[in-house]
Amino acid sequence: MANSSLPKRVPPARIREREGTASSEEVARFTAMAEAWWDPWGKFKPLHKFNPVRLAFMRRKLAAHFGRDEAAARPFEGLTLLDVGCGGGLLSEPLARMGFTVTGVDAGDKNIGVARIHAAQSDLAIDYRIGGPEDMDSAAFDVVIAMEVIEHVPDPAVFLGHAARTLKPGGAFMGATLNRTTKSYALAVMGAEYILRWLPAGTHDWRKFVKPSEFAAFLRAEGIEISEMKGMEYVPFKDEWHETRDLDVNYMLFGTKG
Amino acid sequence: MNDFSLPKRVDVAVIGGGPVGGLAACALAQSGVSVALIEAADPAELGRPGTDGRAIAVALSAQRVFDGAGVWPLMAPEAQPILEIRVTDGASPLFLHYDHAALGEAPFGWIVENTTIRRAVHQRLAALPAAHVAAPARAAAVERGPGGATITLADGRTLRAALVVGADGRASFVRKSAAIGVNRLGYGQSGIVTTVAHQQPHRGIAHERFLPSGPFAILPMTGNRSSIVWTERLHLADAIVGQDDAGFLAELETRFGDFLGPIALAGPRFHYPLTLQVAERAVCRRLALIGDAAHGMHPVAGQGMNMGIRDVAALAEAVVDAARLGLDVGGPDVLAGYQRWRRFDNLLMLGLTDALVRLFSNDVGPLRLARDLGLAAVERMPGLKKTFMRHAMGVVGDLPRMMRGEVL
Repeated sequence: MANSSLPKRVPPARIREREGTASSEEVARFTAMAEAWWDPWGKFKPLHKFNPVRLAFMRRKLAAHFGRDEAAARPFEGLTLLDVGCGGGLLSEPLARMGFTVTGVDAGDKNIGVARIHAAQSDLAIDYRIGGPEDMDSAAFDVVIAMEVIEHVPDPAVFLGHAARTLKPGGAFMGATLNRTTKSYALAVMGAEYILRWLPAGTHDWRKFVKPSEFAAFLRAEGIEISEMKGMEYVPFKDEWHETRDLDVNYMLFGTKG
Repeated sequence: MNDFSLPKRVDVAVIGGGPVGGLAACALAQSGVSVALIEAADPAELGRPGTDGRAIAVALSAQRVFDGAGVWPLMAPEAQPILEIRVTDGASPLFLHYDHAALGEAPFGWIVENTTIRRAVHQRLAALPAAHVAAPARAAAVERGPGGATITLADGRTLRAALVVGADGRASFVRKSAAIGVNRLGYGQSGIVTTVAHQQPHRGIAHERFLPSGPFAILPMTGNRSSIVWTERLHLADAIVGQDDAGFLAELETRFGDFLGPIALAGPRFHYPLTLQVAERAVCRRLALIGDAAHGMHPVAGQGMNMGIRDVAALAEAVVDAARLGLDVGGPDVLAGYQRWRRFDNLLMLGLTDALVRLFSNDVGPLRLARDLGLAAVERMPGLKKTFMRHAMGVVGDLPRMMRGEVL
């Protein structure tokens, strides 16, 4: 049954100069880390660590939105999803296993290289492309996600505008980023990068963090209404991330296109 | 089932279709995780009475796992509830008496024949669309790499899986293929296993007698039958089992006694050398060991199979939780979770059972007095006794959801 909805083979890599949404510094920074994407105890440990809480939120919200059975093995069979800023595919792969027909797009050619290799090793058919949301067709996807990406782009409003355009009417949008608060500076920048060394120093530029109100406003301008926001907090003694109502540091949001 | 077509890729490949491996396949497939079960024997043969003399004491928490996997209803008619446990030490008048009514409605556990479990498990697998059975089939090679493992069967077929589960017993091929060593300890003892029929009903009472040569257990089975687990010094066991029926029965009668009237042999007899063995690791890249492949133990406390079932519950929970989120079910974090959960638990139980055997297989005077007093003391301390009883039922500690009777 999975075969009927497999995406077509990835077209020959469309490598071209970026002038649009991802700044070249950012691309270089993530590309340098690309090999380590898939090691859960490697440099991307924080992303692996909060993958379960992000995926649980997505699964719950998307199952409710599309009226799918959350307990099914592949609840989202037949739906298309665009993962904007997919990186090495940490979310694209789980979402493909949940049944979505996934297209992943990322400006880092090395990221896409890693993602393609890993998907092939995992026997998953995912259409990975080098580029940005501006390269994708309009109203083509049932779901568009932009997780932990808008804090890395030069102009989040423009970037989200392109992402929103690719979403079908009635589709669902999910996003996640870091809030611009004193707390997020202390925890996400000083704590995670300089003290705990979870991430290489310089991974994040606090000035580019996005407040929930700003995120919602960018999306509203594109016809997407946010209906739920959740924070994520790290519980040290469990070494796990949990969902919380506190949006001060990491937060996720869910919205729908009218 | 020879020509059963296997899918190219499954989430989990379980190697070994005994009670533990079969149950693991049922628990996973029931939650929608695609499973291939590879078993060397023909399932029809596996479930045939008389092919395996062993019966298993299924603890309450293990029964919940069978139930959660949809297997229990298929074996319940042939499961004998244990309503009382009587523990005696040789000729000593002091004894321990456990009555299930002290803890509530549920029995301590059930005695079920291995063959019954095998038959029920394979019957259940046949009804699960996510389960694929290759049997008789033998895994000839297991290659584990990034993204998945490739299993090559002896007949040349190949299969890809995110996770390989080794449930292939004490001499596990899967364990050897990953070069995981084992720590082994021999007891110089053998376990003689057989089934007897008796005139009087057993009323659901299990007896555990600590005789000088080792523990002797009488476990109630359905009908007027009991399963015997008789520990004997290694060099004697061969001679005892090798006698003709009349000679063997006479030897058995001196230990069994006549409290249930005349007894007769009601099944073949087997004996197994008793060793304690623990794999150095329960996990490796894309591989998890469960049941005897991970840890084998002396059957004195009836915990060997129950530990294997606990492995199933812990592994199934780790895998199903990951699968629900679309995560890689053979990923290192999933395996680390399973290893963390089981390691401490298994070592604790192995340590306890080993200490128990050494204590009770010894006929030295002062030690004997100490354990008589110990048994009597346990009898007099309801709190302590309740803890022992709850342990026998397997309801102690941080339990996986299936063992608490919750859905996965």
